[in-house]
Amino acid sequence: MNTFRILVVDDEIDFQETIVNRLKKRNLHAIGVASGEDAIQALEDELYDVVLLDIKMPGGMDGIETLREIKRIQPLVEVLLLTGHASVETSIEGMKQGAFDYLIKPVKFDDLLNKMAQAFQKKAAHDSKIRDAKIQELIRYPSRVFGQEEEDGKDF
Amino acid sequence: MKRTLYKKLKIKLISITLVVSIGPLVLLGAAIYYQFNKIYKAQIEDQILHLAKSESNALDVFLKERTSILAMIVETQSFEMLSKQQNLSHLFKAVNRRTEGLGLVDLGIIDQHGQQLAYAGPYSLYGLNYFEQPWFDEVMRRGTYISDVYMGFRQVPHFIIAVKGESGSSNWILRATIDSEIFNRLVRSAQVGGTGDAYIINQEGFFQTSPRFDGAVLSRSNINTQRFGEGTTVVEQKDSKGGTRFIGGSWLKGDDWMLVVSQAGREKSGWMGGARNTAILIIVIGGVAILLAIVLISHTLFRHLERSDREIGELSAQMIQQDKLAALGKMATGIAHEINNPLAVIGEKAGWMADLLADEEFQNSQNYMEFATSIEKIEEHVDRAKKITHSMLGFARRMEPRLDDVEINTVLDRTIEMLNNHARINNIEIRKRYSDQLPVIASDESQLQQVFMNLINNAVDAIGNDGIIEVTTKRKDQWLIIGISDDGPGIPRSVQKRVFDPFYTTKPNGKGTGLGLSISYRIIEKMGGNIRLESEEGQGTAFLVYLPVVLPEKK
Ligand SMILES: Nc1ncnc2c1ncn2[C@@H]1O[C@H](COP(=O)(O)OP(=O)(O)OP(=O)(O)O)[C@@H](O)[C@H]1O
Ligand SMILES: [Mg+2]
Ligand SMILES: [Mg+2]
Repeated sequence: MNTFRILVVDDEIDFQETIVNRLKKRNLHAIGVASGEDAIQALEDELYDVVLLDIKMPGGMDGIETLREIKRIQPLVEVLLLTGHASVETSIEGMKQGAFDYLIKPVKFDDLLNKMAQAFQKKAAHDSKIRDAKIQELIRYPSRVFGQEEEDGKDF
Repeated sequence: MKRTLYKKLKIKLISITLVVSIGPLVLLGAAIYYQFNKIYKAQIEDQILHLAKSESNALDVFLKERTSILAMIVETQSFEMLSKQQNLSHLFKAVNRRTEGLGLVDLGIIDQHGQQLAYAGPYSLYGLNYFEQPWFDEVMRRGTYISDVYMGFRQVPHFIIAVKGESGSSNWILRATIDSEIFNRLVRSAQVGGTGDAYIINQEGFFQTSPRFDGAVLSRSNINTQRFGEGTTVVEQKDSKGGTRFIGGSWLKGDDWMLVVSQAGREKSGWMGGARNTAILIIVIGGVAILLAIVLISHTLFRHLERSDREIGELSAQMIQQDKLAALGKMATGIAHEINNPLAVIGEKAGWMADLLADEEFQNSQNYMEFATSIEKIEEHVDRAKKITHSMLGFARRMEPRLDDVEINTVLDRTIEMLNNHARINNIEIRKRYSDQLPVIASDESQLQQVFMNLINNAVDAIGNDGIIEVTTKRKDQWLIIGISDDGPGIPRSVQKRVFDPFYTTKPNGKGTGLGLSISYRIIEKMGGNIRLESEEGQGTAFLVYLPVVLPEKK
């Protein structure tokens, strides 16, 4: 199934669950977790296209740390930062760490969907480029790429 | 409180500097004065001494002259001859004729028993006996005698000179009365200057001649002859008026009489007094100049001090205001953040309900419309709350201004264009009065627009209906000044300080957040400028935005 996969990370369970429900209602594949650690775990288990990440979470890993870790595990995933506190510093820091954009809570759901659509587009463009490159590579050096192909294979 | 402190300090400063600077001057003056007085005193004493000496010499000569004339008669004429009345009268006339100004009043011959044997003169004293007279013995013993002055029968002061003659074993006396007026004249010649006096007193201090001041002949003088030494001496004495007199005394007539020459100490003599006065004058002028300088200097000093103190006070008041705004800003951020999370949940829950409502099973529900509008309302109000919290965050965010090339007049034009429709509906005219000399500056156009928008919106809100808003620009030195004034109700003095506080608003619920001015203030302050407020209740309000002229860098 070639649908987009979204991971929602927020310690505010009510918010996180509702967002997940609303995304699911729109036939999107969404999964919610309540902490940075759980998010890392989820990303290590499965591939995602977009992560919706709350910047400010009490205890454990904070948003920026989690973002850095996410980018290390899955460099291609697009991260949308969500925050109740938009300070220039954290936003700029987030962008530096490779976040796609940031949104200030409470956000209009339509705006959220728009931003996500942009992120998906970017991801898709990126993916297709990589896929093209991989096809090229596969044509030229089938043996070198094959092993990886097997792992990532199911989405392509 | 502070004023009196300054006054005290000022007085202290003035008095210390006065003492330090005028003290030595006064000391110098005193020293000069003392020295001058000493020299002056020495000089005047010298003068008096000299005068007394020479005058007493003259008097001595005067007395000796008369005594020796009588002695000559006694030595050259015989007792027998002189005791004849006729002969004596003849002699008396001859002497008076030959020696002018001798002052001889009468002559008498007295035998050793005191009997006056012959008399020549204006009185009928013939036959009087002088044996009992105290002077009789004295003449017999000493040979000559000069009496004190006394009032004779004619009530004119005179004195007698008596000389003893010897013929064989018997002695006799030639006695002469001298009019002391002639002698007065001599003494008077020593009465010099305006205060100088000269007279003769006897040992007991009775006047023998009339003094120039304070007294008459034969009355008692205030001079104690005991104070004087031998020959001629000078003493100082206080007079009745508190001044000093220098008094020179010179013994006469075998220490029976004293010639007194005196002068008041105050009498200035020649160059000496002049020099002293000049010195005193210079010192006084110097003192006055120092006094004026000190008072003037400390006055200006304290004026400066007070002014800088006031400025510091104003500055710290400004700083307190800024600190207050910063603290409020921080608090606002905290509150906004805490509210945003629950708001997000409410919004999403409402959204979720709306999502579910789209399901078919609800479509036929009786209250479907009610649910739908309620959800819509919830979303609408979440949105409204969100606007507040977001502007609070914006307030704290204070984004670094971007630097565009900004033409202030153009930015104002754009802002006014956006608001013009709204203003026109309320019959408010926006007038522009721009300076066309403004430079292009490096600033953040969108932030400036936000500020102008808020100021003009405030003016529109304040006027309500029917009025004029005037937008002006001008340059003053290193500042661009943008004025936005309205003829609205004005802002009472008591709340003028508070309008820049976050959340201060007089607008009805939901119409104003009270954040507009505080955000504007922050933005302009960040740019190095300032917003000032001038308002008079009932007259209108003017907000003046001061922007520093920062020229764009050459690209
Ligand atoms: N031109 C003016 N004339 C009279 N009062 C004014 C004027 N400008 C501001 N004020 C007063 O200052 C208050 C604060 O203004 P500010 O712009 O900070 O907030 P607001 O206008 O009430 O709210 P918002 O800007 O969010 O709409 C206003 O409510 C009003 O009472
Ligand atoms: Mg959170
Ligand atoms: Mg306002």
